[in-house]
Amino acid sequence: MRKIYSRIDEISGNVVTVQADGIKYGELAEITSAHGKSLAEVILLDGGKVSLQVFAGSRGISTGDEVRFLSQPMMVSFSDDLMGRIFNGRGTPRDNGSALTENLIEIGGPSVNPAKRIIPRNMIRTGIPMIDLFNSLVESQKLPIFSISGEPYNELLARVALQAEVDLIVLGGCGLKYDDYLFFKERLESGGAMSRSIFFVHTAADPVVECLMVPDISLAVAEKFALKGKRVLVLITDMTNFSDAMKEIAITMEQVPSNRGYPGDLYSQLASRYEKAVDFDGAGSITILAVTTMPGDDVTHPVPDNTGYITEGQFYLKNGRIEPFGSLSRLKQLVNGKTRDDHRALMDGMIKLYASYKETLEKKSMGFRMSDWDEKLLKYGTLFESELMDLSVNIPLEGALDKGWEILAACFNPDETGLRTNLTSKFWPKKEAVTHG
Amino acid sequence: MSNIGKVVGVNGNMVRVEFENDVLMNEVAYVKLKEKRLKSEVIRVRGKRAEMQVFEMTKGIGVGDEVEFTSDLLSVSLGPGLLGQIFDGLQNPLPQLAEQCGFFLERGIYLDAIPANRKWKFTPVAKVGDTVTRGEKLGSVPEGIFEHWIMVPFNQYGTYKVKSIAAPGEYAVKDRIAELEDEKGRTISVNMVFQWPVKRAVDVYAERLKPVDPLVTQIRIIDALFPVARGGTYCIPGPFGAGKTVLQQLTSRYADIDIVIVAACGERAGEVVETLREFPELIDPRTGKSLMERTIIICNTSSMPVAAREASVYTAVTMAEYYRQMGLHVLLLADSTSRWAQAMREMSGRLEEIPGEEAFPAYLESVIATFYERAGIVRLKSGQIGSVTVGGTVSPAGGNFEEPVTQATLKVVGAFHGLSRERSDARRYPAIHPLESWSKYQGIIDKKRTSFVRQALFASDEVGQMMKVVGEEGTSLDDYMVYLKGEFFDSVFLQQNAFDKVDAATTGDRQKYVFDTIISIILATFDMSDKESARSFFNQLRQRFLDWNGAPMDSDEFKKIEGEIMAMLEQHRKESAAEAAEKFKQMFG
Repeated sequence: MRKIYSRIDEISGNVVTVQADGIKYGELAEITSAHGKSLAEVILLDGGKVSLQVFAGSRGISTGDEVRFLSQPMMVSFSDDLMGRIFNGRGTPRDNGSALTENLIEIGGPSVNPAKRIIPRNMIRTGIPMIDLFNSLVESQKLPIFSISGEPYNELLARVALQAEVDLIVLGGCGLKYDDYLFFKERLESGGAMSRSIFFVHTAADPVVECLMVPDISLAVAEKFALKGKRVLVLITDMTNFSDAMKEIAITMEQVPSNRGYPGDLYSQLASRYEKAVDFDGAGSITILAVTTMPGDDVTHPVPDNTGYITEGQFYLKNGRIEPFGSLSRLKQLVNGKTRDDHRALMDGMIKLYASYKETLEKKSMGFRMSDWDEKLLKYGTLFESELMDLSVNIPLEGALDKGWEILAACFNPDETGLRTNLTSKFWPKKEAVTHG
Repeated sequence: MSNIGKVVGVNGNMVRVEFENDVLMNEVAYVKLKEKRLKSEVIRVRGKRAEMQVFEMTKGIGVGDEVEFTSDLLSVSLGPGLLGQIFDGLQNPLPQLAEQCGFFLERGIYLDAIPANRKWKFTPVAKVGDTVTRGEKLGSVPEGIFEHWIMVPFNQYGTYKVKSIAAPGEYAVKDRIAELEDEKGRTISVNMVFQWPVKRAVDVYAERLKPVDPLVTQIRIIDALFPVARGGTYCIPGPFGAGKTVLQQLTSRYADIDIVIVAACGERAGEVVETLREFPELIDPRTGKSLMERTIIICNTSSMPVAAREASVYTAVTMAEYYRQMGLHVLLLADSTSRWAQAMREMSGRLEEIPGEEAFPAYLESVIATFYERAGIVRLKSGQIGSVTVGGTVSPAGGNFEEPVTQATLKVVGAFHGLSRERSDARRYPAIHPLESWSKYQGIIDKKRTSFVRQALFASDEVGQMMKVVGEEGTSLDDYMVYLKGEFFDSVFLQQNAFDKVDAATTGDRQKYVFDTIISIILATFDMSDKESARSFFNQLRQRFLDWNGAPMDSDEFKKIEGEIMAMLEQHRKESAAEAAEKFKQMFG
């Protein structure tokens, strides 16, 4: 049964209100205006009044436009044909391929039963030492990349997409600049990863409501693939835009804002997306890496703050590098005991030395005299930054561990590193031992 | 005759209903949706319209859908078989739900919290002709390591005569185990399970007592400096990544308590999974049985429906009170109360109530206070003592404690364990701030000793702050000594290695013993002539102490290291051993 109404009572922001009967909460409608058709979703029922958020925005909508209710919620087509394709936030093709209409699945489905989850146990290798060695990414982890605007977070995501050892990449773009969209497309095409990728991209020029759909649609598709046994990596950029879109709708709906204008349910809304990350007992997994830009480098801003409480750590991108101090992978302990004997010790030891280097740097800037030890630290810090921290460094974990020992050997004696003797005797580069001996 | 209403509005998880007959505030109602019934709770009534929070996703509900009122308040089932289970916020057993529905939490499916088929070995206590009132023991069944009392249901007000009681034997929970006759001669039949509304405190006891007995958590900084009492309350506010959840997990493992109820309220599912998967494997050192046998987990993680999150802490505390009624000591750990408060805020927003600070509802404080007040130690009608201790974590926005939830909580709790970002960044775990935290309870170590040590900590911190400005060079040796002593105490006593088998949990006796040793070190005057040698002395001492912490108490290793520490001390202390002992005695008796 389809119902058509041709009288819109209220238009406010991107929300329109009509008088209608028998409408269900969350149902979709199609609005036909002079500028074309747009989908809209029911977000409030109040007696006979039905409020809809219009995906294409309300600009140009007339009070006499036709609203046709579709009696179904937002759906997306799911099949292997999705691979290598690019869609917008509504799930319609952005590339020149054909529209997919078969096997529709609902988006924003129920949450996974905690009793059916398992403790994560597999590392996802990325070839980026600051991730693999110091803050390992773990299958089914949800991690944001906290970043200031202007940092190369999209480059980082693209590299992870190219190199991560997973079966499938789903890229969700929220408010992506068109250039960045093209950048992703070109990088993944030239890197040969496009065939195992699916894009859902909302660009900054698209209607803001579509931005809200991107995480849900990406994750709904990812979930279906995961249930078929695939290991899926979902990359989203940028969740701050998503939150801002939510704020916009909330304010339009005259909701009481809680903190800096964001709605009171920001935490729950973000959590219901991030919590889709899962390792299914007996099927595949979803891992989420999402960019959260921090307005003004302020980690206490509501978006990064709420995100931090939800996710399992964060990568902190600053000055073009993943900062070793602010960054944390809460799940790394689950996997880095199984890689190589020296992984954990080297991870802690090198960071402690790097912290001492930072202190020395501070002393130096204040004009204190540099001791021999200080000089060693300065050398170490410089090497560490260029050989391991630099984002262009691309080596597998074992290579990064060896590189770590090389750097240590180039700067210190084994007993200065604070690493246990059984490790230094096993891993200390032999060449150095010869020159010393 | 059932009371039926019709949906007239939907806004997120709030549904507005028009009804004919009477409705109760906080009554449970079901929204009928095709073949499903979605559980909801009436939270406001205006004229012939009621607003309800729906405990499920509201997608698909339409105006005109039927609503069935039940005349019951939101309740939980109380009876044997709760221990070891994993529930959602509405007491749905999650593993059974998974068996039925697979990977996802399908809405509208409600299962029995207490397995109906399982047989229990009942032993009667009451005799025919006895006079009983609610909460009094009729008999008992063994539940794991506990004797589970079968009591007169708490909702049977009045005085009853036992008319019949079941013979010893095996019964299922729904089998009749007694018949009671009230003053008017009416007979009621009693089985092992009954309902109790979650938002009402169980008030079946003779007297509420003052919490004075320390609850030993085996976490040194808590037991020694910021103790918790049985039947008391405490809160752990902290920014993300400061270790709130790890602290709760450690407490749930090692605390000296009969039953632990973990309410994972609006937090990460992954953390709950760790508990779910690990607890059955862990052995409780006190009982030799799996930790799970004395644990109940209420799990309403962040992506599960918000209204059920609001209910989950009440579900948890009601079960805690139930076991308290058997003379047991129960610890309820709620992680995190901020998510619970946020659930209230979301609802309040949908109701378009006038917002208070940061859009939290104006009744936030009183609701938080009422919740914590459900903790307590009580003398039961039988004379036995039972308690509920409540520990809640708080996740303040931006890590700033000046926010409504933290402030409202601080007003009502007995101890404050404030976690600090500074300490967790410096990997000083547990990251409880030793200068800002407080406790109103008496712990296992007497006041004289703890206040002496706290003074030493304050003094050390002061010197540390000063040193940041004037550098080490500008600090006198005496001051530097004060600084080193404070740092020493911090690193060998306040910090604890959760991954070390021995160090992870320290018994009360051991804490007292080590504490006195440390006091004697703080009291001592040392013979070092420069800062360098002072620092290296304390570094060595610290190293030995850390080894000592890793040695099981009363092992040979423990004694050996203790001897070495004493020798180091003797070598550099200006006072003789006798003088030092005298000084100690004068100060602490």
